[in-house]
Amino acid sequence: MSEREKPAPAAHDRGGWATEEPVDQGEHQWADWEYRTQALARVLRSKGIVVTDEMRRGIESIPAPEYEALSYFERWSASFETLLVEKGVLTPAEIDEKMKEVEERWG
Amino acid sequence: MSEHQHDHGAGEESQGHPGGTPDIQLSYRAKRSLAMQELLVEKGIIAPDDIQRSVESARARSPSDGARVVARAWVDPAFKQRLLDNALTAIAELGYDFVADTGLVALENTDELHHVVVCTLCSCYPGALLGPPPDWYKSLAYRSRVVIEPRAVLREFGLELESDIGVRVIDSTAEIRYLVLPGRPAGTEGMAEEQLAELVTRNSMIGVGLPLSPELVTT
Repeated sequence: MSEREKPAPAAHDRGGWATEEPVDQGEHQWADWEYRTQALARVLRSKGIVVTDEMRRGIESIPAPEYEALSYFERWSASFETLLVEKGVLTPAEIDEKMKEVEERWG
Repeated sequence: MSEHQHDHGAGEESQGHPGGTPDIQLSYRAKRSLAMQELLVEKGIIAPDDIQRSVESARARSPSDGARVVARAWVDPAFKQRLLDNALTAIAELGYDFVADTGLVALENTDELHHVVVCTLCSCYPGALLGPPPDWYKSLAYRSRVVIEPRAVLREFGLELESDIGVRVIDSTAEIRYLVLPGRPAGTEGMAEEQLAELVTRNSMIGVGLPLSPELVTT
């Protein structure tokens, strides 16, 4: 089959990709921000602000190089930002402004 | 009085401590997530304690919930049939409430057929019964490989299946999650349901492992 007939799958569409990398069975203890980020997804869903499929689309639309580079909950953070801005819940300007405060606190 | 070590400002104070590894160095995306959370609280879109309450309810869930369901199915054939026919209503009998718009299917392992679950697209998982998915379940290597070379992946997990046992790999979706119902181990006749539940590992309910042998837990 030529490449035109069968385009490369998107970065998230992982099934069957050629790799011999063993499955790393180590498990890291979640950081507080990871718990909070997972919780934010549930809170946004419970309030009807986002639905699961939108969350997925937000993750799946992350460009491939960034998708590969981000950790699991970092992808969620990117998805929230896409969705909350799209829906007009938050603006990029106010997130940038709040980031300055967070940066100051965390360095 | 010594300085409070985790005094990271209003956001932290109002939301309590989730109980994970304290945030020390945060990535750009991690900070971005916290910034959005604080903004949502400031704007009144979410309540100050919404996040912490959700963290606590998520932390309350663990594979022991799924293990209760499996042990019940082992001792009660009628329940097992209900679980296989309609897993959502069956687990509701034990008090488990799944996300309203998500289906749940129980897959029975037999002497002829072994099931293993993956989410090739992301990380869909029956969290209400198993708690959060392990890191490897979300890893690119597991998602890539288990659908094309399941026996090799299972071997990495220490599970060597006889060649006459078929392996069926099930790909989860956001709409349907899967719980593997492993076979009841030999030598467990007469064990109580609570003891049986202790044999049921998380990995056996994903399909990358088997339940423990009874001699490992009855001492």
